[in-house]
Amino acid sequence: MSVRDDLLLTRRIAQFLYREAEYADLHEYEEWEKLWEDDGIYWVPANGDGGDPDHEMSILYDNRSRIALRVKQLMTGRRLAQSPLSRLSRSVSNVRIVGREDDEIIVTANVLIFESHTRGEQTWGTRTEYRLRERDDDFRIVRKKVVLTNNHKALYTMAFLV
Amino acid sequence: MTPNTAQVTPAMAGPTGLSVRDRIRPDSVHGSLYTDPALFQLELERIWRRGWVYVGHESEVPRPNDFVMKSIGPEPLIMIRGKDGEIRLLHNRCPHRGNRVCMEEKGRSSVFMCPYHGWTFNTDGSLRAYPFPSGYEGVDKERFGLGQVARVESYRGFVFASLAEDGPTLAEHLGSARDSIDLLCSNSPTGEIEVTAGFLKHKVKSNWKFVAENETDGYHPSFVHGSIFQVADSGIGSLYNDKSDAVARYLGEGHSEIDLRPEFRKRGEPLSWFGTTAERLPDYVAQMEAANGVDEARRIMIDGTPHTMIFPNLFIAEIQLFVLQPTAVDETVQHVTALQFKGADDLNKRMRQQTMGSVGPAGFLLADDAEMYERTQLGAQALDPEWLFLGRGTGRERADEDGFLVGDATDETPSRGFWRHYADLMSDGAA
Repeated sequence: MSVRDDLLLTRRIAQFLYREAEYADLHEYEEWEKLWEDDGIYWVPANGDGGDPDHEMSILYDNRSRIALRVKQLMTGRRLAQSPLSRLSRSVSNVRIVGREDDEIIVTANVLIFESHTRGEQTWGTRTEYRLRERDDDFRIVRKKVVLTNNHKALYTMAFLV
Repeated sequence: MTPNTAQVTPAMAGPTGLSVRDRIRPDSVHGSLYTDPALFQLELERIWRRGWVYVGHESEVPRPNDFVMKSIGPEPLIMIRGKDGEIRLLHNRCPHRGNRVCMEEKGRSSVFMCPYHGWTFNTDGSLRAYPFPSGYEGVDKERFGLGQVARVESYRGFVFASLAEDGPTLAEHLGSARDSIDLLCSNSPTGEIEVTAGFLKHKVKSNWKFVAENETDGYHPSFVHGSIFQVADSGIGSLYNDKSDAVARYLGEGHSEIDLRPEFRKRGEPLSWFGTTAERLPDYVAQMEAANGVDEARRIMIDGTPHTMIFPNLFIAEIQLFVLQPTAVDETVQHVTALQFKGADDLNKRMRQQTMGSVGPAGFLLADDAEMYERTQLGAQALDPEWLFLGRGTGRERADEDGFLVGDATDETPSRGFWRHYADLMSDGAA
């Protein structure tokens, strides 16, 4: 891939990640859910960088149908941990393409989320890894893994889309 | 350990001028019980450091030298299996200058070394050596082991501890709650439980008693969990309404349960308690039938596992185990993991998946419970009205055939029992 193509791709991917961040910040759940592939996996490990999610507890380890359930629960408007909604503002940075596997592009980014909630204000630091597929001049998420910087410690509730 | 009540007792009158006993009435409790920092210190003394507390499970340290970090209240403890196979609880504090001797959450080690001055300790807590021993002539090394929890005892793999040398035995403390542990184990084809899936640590800005009471509050699910019941047909919702035949039972010694078996027996379907069917878990069903015979296996699989709060900090929640850790008067950590039945791979996988969906900081259920804990804590700080009402079902509370107090599924019988027990523990010697 030429330098130019690489720059363009990185730029398009960053734009995609910013869009995902905005949907999550603004609780636009339906738009957010449309970004997922049918075999999507949404993973937030506990106790470090990951381990084996099939055998160890994760904060969140959703297959596609569970992602849909999560969105449905939020859309009832009765999910008490998000009623009132968290006010959110996240910055996506350090966006890099780190590899490719079959038709998947592996991308890493750091995301810093500021949350204002009934409980108080909190900053969530994350290192995030995406696996994306190109679709119709856009991208879709095959896997999103969010490693919270402080996931080795006890965490407050985080019912928003991280 | 002798409780030092001299410093805390005067403050017990609190802002309201009421003693602990005066703050607990048959059908209501005073809000300050959840917010008074001096009372929290007294609880640490009277409940957490004097009584029996659940700390961990034997399966977390299967081999000699395996260790895992645990706690009693805010106090960190190393749970370790010694060379002799014994499980001990060591205070994570060097007897020299008080530094931590271990900073790992879990691992395997035959020795702990304090990083500050290099003192080393054996897995039984005894001092192995200190560097440059020439400065310690005449010092008795025996005096300088790691502090060791006075009493450590297991029941069916569940390890409990008491920091007090004397007091009621574990059997006396557990009382009828042992039946819940037995019931749980009977659902494992090998009769054994394992705690091997790792813990989620979910922190809430709330007093530990709001969390403990909520575990057997059958009144809240229809409302707090309405959002998930609306979109997922889990079969849980109907267990907790005014048509339910489930009962809320006070088991004594602060323990309580919601006995869901009457509802599961009405359904009469094995594994309905787990929201699934025998067809979906053929290996588990075959193992249960081989271990118990077809009829007995069917009976066990219809009844399911318990929903029991063992005072003060172990909640067996059908497929999960919660360990409550009070860290401040208004902060509690819930350590939660999926229960695993030794040898039952297909069931275990499903238990892990369901647990990850429902509990922890992002759980479909527990995120909303946590929100309620935190808002209730805010409410308890307000003093008008000063009292919280726990009178639901008082008029229909009755003794069951075994003499336990029971109420309907949504009644506050468990909370009232909890507070009677609490008043006894906290008023001892201080009125």
